Amino acid sequence: MKAKLIAYTGQDSPIHRLTGAAKLVVFAVWSVTAMITYDTRVLLVLLALGLIAFRVSRVRFRDFSFVLALILVFFLMNHVAIFLFSPLEGVRIYGTRHDLLHLVGRWWVTEEQLFYQLNVALKYLAVIPMALLFILTTDPGEFASSLNRVGVSYRIACSVSIAMRYIPDIQRDFQNIRFAAQARGLDISRKEKLVKRVRHMVGILLPLILTSVQRIETVSAAMELRGFGQGPKRTWYSARPLRAADIAAIAFVVLLAAASFWLTFEDGSRFYNPFA
Amino acid sequence: MNERMDETAPHAGGIGLAAPPAAAGRAAGARADNGPPVIELDGFGFQYRSQQEPTLHDITLTIAAGEKVLIVGPSGSGKSTLAHCLNGLAPHVHSGEMTGRARVCGRELAGLGILELSRLIGTVLQDSDGQFVGMTVGEDIAFELENRAVPQTEMRERVERAARAVGMEAHLGASPQTLSGGQKQRVSMAGVLVSDTPVLLFDEPLASLDPEAGRQAVERIDAIHRETGKTIVIVEHRLEEVLHRPVDRIVVFADGRIVADLPPAELLSSPLLAETGLREPLYVTALRHAGCAISPELHPESLERLELASIREPLRDWHEAAPSDPPPPRRSPVLELEDVQFAYDDEGPAVLSGLSLQLGEGELLAVAGHNGAGKSTLARLICGFYRPTSGRILHRGRDLAGDTIKERSERIGFVMQNPNHMLSKTLLYDEVALGLRLRGVPEDEARERVLETLRICGLHPFRSWPVSALSYGQKKRVTIASILVLDPDILLLDEPTAGQDYRHYNEMMEFVLQLKERGKSILVITHDMHLMMEYAERTVVIGDGRVLADAPPATILTDAELVRRASLRETSLQRLAERAGIGAPAEFVGRFIRRDREGRGR
Repeated sequence: MKAKLIAYTGQDSPIHRLTGAAKLVVFAVWSVTAMITYDTRVLLVLLALGLIAFRVSRVRFRDFSFVLALILVFFLMNHVAIFLFSPLEGVRIYGTRHDLLHLVGRWWVTEEQLFYQLNVALKYLAVIPMALLFILTTDPGEFASSLNRVGVSYRIACSVSIAMRYIPDIQRDFQNIRFAAQARGLDISRKEKLVKRVRHMVGILLPLILTSVQRIETVSAAMELRGFGQGPKRTWYSARPLRAADIAAIAFVVLLAAASFWLTFEDGSRFYNPFA
Repeated sequence: MNERMDETAPHAGGIGLAAPPAAAGRAAGARADNGPPVIELDGFGFQYRSQQEPTLHDITLTIAAGEKVLIVGPSGSGKSTLAHCLNGLAPHVHSGEMTGRARVCGRELAGLGILELSRLIGTVLQDSDGQFVGMTVGEDIAFELENRAVPQTEMRERVERAARAVGMEAHLGASPQTLSGGQKQRVSMAGVLVSDTPVLLFDEPLASLDPEAGRQAVERIDAIHRETGKTIVIVEHRLEEVLHRPVDRIVVFADGRIVADLPPAELLSSPLLAETGLREPLYVTALRHAGCAISPELHPESLERLELASIREPLRDWHEAAPSDPPPPRRSPVLELEDVQFAYDDEGPAVLSGLSLQLGEGELLAVAGHNGAGKSTLARLICGFYRPTSGRILHRGRDLAGDTIKERSERIGFVMQNPNHMLSKTLLYDEVALGLRLRGVPEDEARERVLETLRICGLHPFRSWPVSALSYGQKKRVTIASILVLDPDILLLDEPTAGQDYRHYNEMMEFVLQLKERGKSILVITHDMHLMMEYAERTVVIGDGRVLADAPPATILTDAELVRRASLRETSLQRLAERAGIGAPAEFVGRFIRRDREGRGR
């Protein structure tokens, strides 16, 4: 309850004013670009541009700090895992080996591995600002229409937005259920032993699932009564037409992607190799 | 036409939706027998696929264009099933089979899909939270238009108009979480008005509203009826509240059949309501207690039109003769809140700012207040889910601050409003035994205590049943049993009678009363004014985070200012007393309650 999840901030900035569809396209193209390239130069440019966009949007740190912390934890775990499972991935990729330190067994720290993991880190850092920005600056009401405009079926687009609509209600249900359970002695706090906590968690999840299923039934009946899912097409109350700024943003990201692909694959490899 | 609408609807502020031709030339509030029929049922029946027996038998009912019809009946009487058949949820969502003849707007019901029906009959569901599918008010109102691929410019215009019709035009960008129950329902109404169907169906519109929001809903439905001339069908068991505005006819359901189809005045003059287990308006009951014969000429359908000439005397005589309520006994406090303050976070606004109250030994105390006044927070503080920012909570004089939630739950049992939030086992027995097992009570002893509790709660015959097979009222009882088994001396009940009809309300409260007689001290959080009047010794009204009043229910409910601040309503008894010229309305209300309790064998 205390930890605030990420949500639309409803501020006014050039980024907020872009339509949801444009932001969705920019975010998608941006992410694909960052996924594909391992070119350090490209990633650095993406990161810099991402940070500038963040600055322009004027979103406040406290609006996303919790989610950012979650992502960073995951980010660290990922890095540890990469090293544990393939400590010589960098050596394989770059074709050279410069040992720095021997830890134990097959775990050597090499310059190539460090550089490879630096690139992975940069990929994260290039995508995170854009992902956060997309969520923070897109009006959830516009989200479904944006998905629909980029070609996702309106049924799926609507389900996504309905799910978002009921998240706060389900959180409230969860809180009530947890309180009721605690009062009867189902403790899921750290005071209990892990096995018991898991067992007690089931006692909370069952009513939560049942109430959620009931809610879904009501909601889908209500939607059907209002003619949902019958026609081949659907219009959107909150959709906005693309404006010059949106087209400019999309054009910019497409050019950026093209440039980065050219720079990345110019030498025939996804990887920028300083060791060659 | 427009001029006339303005005359007949002084306060509705111009709904501005086109009236169908059927409404033209018809006087507001008058019966519209001569309109063409929009709903015709002849020997109609319905059986759900999951049921052994039909739910509706041999229904013959005609509703004419422009009529306003109220359908009443106890839970399980089939009135909701009829509503589902009319809007297509049955058989298209809840499958089953229709028999007999049914036509809607001249077309065979059996040939109509849910989409076609949605263009003829607009439904406002009971659960306005579940019906609110948009991220904002504007989007939700637009939902049906979106589905019909109406162009955006036209859609915005129509949404704006519908929002104005229900007074929500200033909130088009608001999210559902920031709206009250009454506001959400208004959005649902706009979402139906926007597609301009000839028939509007309201399925238990009052079920989840407080008394004041309920009054506004009834007035709004009436304004829509008068301004648009649409056919209105209201399915509801709260007769008195709906009759706050006139209806043309009342159809009474019982056991899947129509047992009456009468104008309100005739229905109220007959004994039919009592026979079907429905509650008649309190002022009508008061007239009966005073020995007045009720006939249609008295106009019992409306307290304002009620013909008083012949009944003023007997009413006054009865009032003089009735004994006044003895003052409530003095009770030693079992639970005390001393100057409790609370805010959810340090910067946030105070939810409770210096609240003090006492619950006496063996007392039944009602706590009322508008939504957001801090009633639920109060219960959560007592249970220890939250900690007060300052102030003390004492149990028999001992400060509870050091006790955990679990320790408190052995003295104070909290029963939530929604039983589904509390039920976590598949079998009834296990559900009730859960609290004991978690406390490591030996199985033999646990078994004895569970069975004893089930006996007290009238659930013993169901002890081996799965919880899912029980009715809503029974589930509610199971949640009380699962708390009672821990033998707390205090019970906190949050809206114990919400969503239940008169018979179930009575059963529930008689059960609560038995618990009180067994020595439990009970604090009930409620909007239900009947509950307050009939069962509580004392009512505490909370507002702005503190106690606004602490007095017998009759005193509270006859104080206009308090009634307004707690989002309650003045009772019709008070208005009756005023109209009959009885000087002390609170005294009259008190005497009536006493008489009514005795009348029911207590």
